[in-house]
Amino acid sequence: MTADTLLERITDYANRPNPYPLYAELRAAGVARQTDGSYLLGTYHDIVALLHDPRISADPRSRSVPRGDRSEEGLHLPFLRLDDPEHHRLRTLAMRPFGPPHSPGRVDAMRGEIARITEELLEALQGRKQIDVVDDFAYPLPVTVICRLLGVPREDEPLFRAWSDVIVDSADVRPGEATERVRAGQQAHAEMGQYLVDLAERRRGQPTGDMLSAFINEPDPAGQRLTGEELAVTAVLLLIAGHETTVNLITNGVLTLLRHPDQLDRLRREPDLLPRAVEELLRYEPPVHMRERFPLADVDVAGTTIPKGTPMVLVLASANRDPKRFRDPDRFDPARPDNEHVGFGSGIHLCYGAPLARVEAQIALRALIPRLGTARLVQDPPPYRRNAMLRGPRHLPIEF
Amino acid sequence: MPGDLREGRIVIIGASLAGLRAAETLREEGFTGPLTMVGDEPHPPYDRPPLSKQVLLGKASASATELPTRRDPEAQWRLGVRATGLDPVGKRVLLADGDSLPYDRLLIATGTRARPWPNPEEAALDGVFTLRTSDDADGLAERLAAGPRRVLVIGAGFTGSEIASACRERGIEVTVAERGPAPLVGALGGTLAKLAAGLQRAHGVDLRCGVTVTALHGNGRFTGADLSDGSHIDADVCVVAMGAVRNTEWLADSGLAAGARGVACDAGCRAFNMYGIVTDDIFVAGDAARFPHPLFEYQMLSLEHWGNAVAQAEVAAHNMVNPGPLRRPHLAVPVFWSSQFGLNIKSVGVPTFSDQVVIAQGSLDERRLVMVYGYRGRVTAAVTVNMAKWLEYYERLIETAAPFPPAPGAADRATAAAVPVPSDVPDPKVLSHGPTVALTGYLPDRRLTMVRPV
Repeated sequence: MTADTLLERITDYANRPNPYPLYAELRAAGVARQTDGSYLLGTYHDIVALLHDPRISADPRSRSVPRGDRSEEGLHLPFLRLDDPEHHRLRTLAMRPFGPPHSPGRVDAMRGEIARITEELLEALQGRKQIDVVDDFAYPLPVTVICRLLGVPREDEPLFRAWSDVIVDSADVRPGEATERVRAGQQAHAEMGQYLVDLAERRRGQPTGDMLSAFINEPDPAGQRLTGEELAVTAVLLLIAGHETTVNLITNGVLTLLRHPDQLDRLRREPDLLPRAVEELLRYEPPVHMRERFPLADVDVAGTTIPKGTPMVLVLASANRDPKRFRDPDRFDPARPDNEHVGFGSGIHLCYGAPLARVEAQIALRALIPRLGTARLVQDPPPYRRNAMLRGPRHLPIEF
Repeated sequence: MPGDLREGRIVIIGASLAGLRAAETLREEGFTGPLTMVGDEPHPPYDRPPLSKQVLLGKASASATELPTRRDPEAQWRLGVRATGLDPVGKRVLLADGDSLPYDRLLIATGTRARPWPNPEEAALDGVFTLRTSDDADGLAERLAAGPRRVLVIGAGFTGSEIASACRERGIEVTVAERGPAPLVGALGGTLAKLAAGLQRAHGVDLRCGVTVTALHGNGRFTGADLSDGSHIDADVCVVAMGAVRNTEWLADSGLAAGARGVACDAGCRAFNMYGIVTDDIFVAGDAARFPHPLFEYQMLSLEHWGNAVAQAEVAAHNMVNPGPLRRPHLAVPVFWSSQFGLNIKSVGVPTFSDQVVIAQGSLDERRLVMVYGYRGRVTAAVTVNMAKWLEYYERLIETAAPFPPAPGAADRATAAAVPVPSDVPDPKVLSHGPTVALTGYLPDRRLTMVRPV
């Protein structure tokens, strides 16, 4: 097969359990032009260079040929899909109640609560012979955390899970007609945004210490704050990102450790290796496999000129397995030195929630590892979620 | 490979960032012989950047900036004693306490010290400080905490500007006197220097440029200073921030190519002797080194940067315990940063090696921008103001000698500002603050930057 069908093959559901051989093929091909005209990139150095290149846009409106089946015109986009200076303004406002410089202690202060939620979830599983790591643990943990952080009632989870499923599906990169998916996604986005704005409005003048309260009540020193529409798209982004990605990180962690019993043993003996093990997981099985970008000018990548406005799919998960950057890249090594992976991306769009995701995964795995002594995978590979961009198991049944 | 390079006696003179990182690297590379670290300060290695920032703001104590160690260097520490001489034939370092240390390989990492006020009596007045060591920072922080009426800062380079910034953040009145036309001009050139001047004034700094301080007054205690324009400043504290002096005097009789601009060495950090012949047992790293850089026409660079100290120390240590073919060159692109008046300034490349600049992203008005520096049509440096995340892109342009001005297309490039203008880097001789990057050419006064006298 030729490299121009790689995106089709990568997004083919049959290849979800193991896309890594396809990524190797992609790296060998260098810059791979696809039959639909887009470009697929998978080497570490090309991807890092593009993520730091100010001529590369994250904004879908930078496409030279708009897709017939999706229209971003007139839509408010989250900062994830905007360029500077607009991206900077919105991300800074969104960061104010979450991280430095204004709220440097926010994530650290949540450690106790994350540990408590983790223990509660694990206690409820005491005595079970079989559990589904996803539904019983890896999904409810980050959902509960992001709900507390944002100020969203945990009981409403079925509501926003349904919206989130539709939105995430509409944003997938798989080829083919997407009109219906996109329309449904926009509808769900509007409903979810309205729901979050209503929640925020109820906190106007009555802050409850969460981020929605901060967004609605605390302008920055220059008097700026998010408009209603900006608040809606930002809150939707945080809520979705907060529970669609960390679930994969934790689940992939359990899956990877059960596939590498020697490393599981080692982490049991040396729990201080955990922060590095989480970094290795972010390299080896990252929750986000690809991002889409558009050049604002003709750009040269590894000898190929990619014309302005042409979609480029950057396969971060392939960069993480590039032997030109990582020695023995297909080996899972929790003590790997010099592990500058792109699991969280790089450059100005570096994952906003990375500090929280790291803490959640570290606490979750620290609590789980001692209990995995006798565990074994019921199904290997496990059933995967449909999405190729946000890749992770849909279920991960394990037996004790 | 010969195993003996992993053995033998190594002596490191200088127990700060470069010395410590070299010692750790030696052990990481498998060096098993005895290692001696000599430092003239009594303290174990500590980090200096916070001394002009968090420490002066009272957010950290000067004794809390100890450098974290990557591993125990298993060294014999000789702290609080100065090296006074080197006998390269007998392979011994002479110490101030009369001792002498034999070595098989030597690393010189003696760094710099603050340039003192030239009049020793005036410099001895109570309330007159320099800022280089943790003891300096301790003393100055204590005075700032006591709430002086006014602080006089002499020199508006990075250190002086950061001190002024800390004073203003603490609500202390401050006067900055600079001989050159604007703050930071020696490092960043004319355009960003104008931004820095405007910023200092907007933050309430009494900034006086184009003047020198002619005398410090006081009766035991500093009370004020005279300026060359005839004016007088009443102040309780004076900080002399006139750049740094390289600690190379102790090498005067060693026969090494050591002078005011540092100890010359090759790309592998091996010191040259005064005939330009490379030694193979004496290495140099950090602020004390002067080394050729291929990106800057093989001119000898002297840097006073944290990142350079680390990178060069690692290369020097690697080369000290590896034979020729396995040795590595020190080719890192220079990087430094500063935080002052709410701005995060980061630089990559050598901004003074330039004839033109262009604003590639952002704008001066927003105080968020990337300034790109070019020399004869290629990119040689970039400085970001509150936009550090783009630095890597420009580093790549520098490494690949990309054409200047850089290709358009950035989403946040203001078309109005995208016209190159002269970089306006003055001759360092006209400044109060010394340059933190010196292109020293082959002769100490040879420079290839465009000089526009003001």
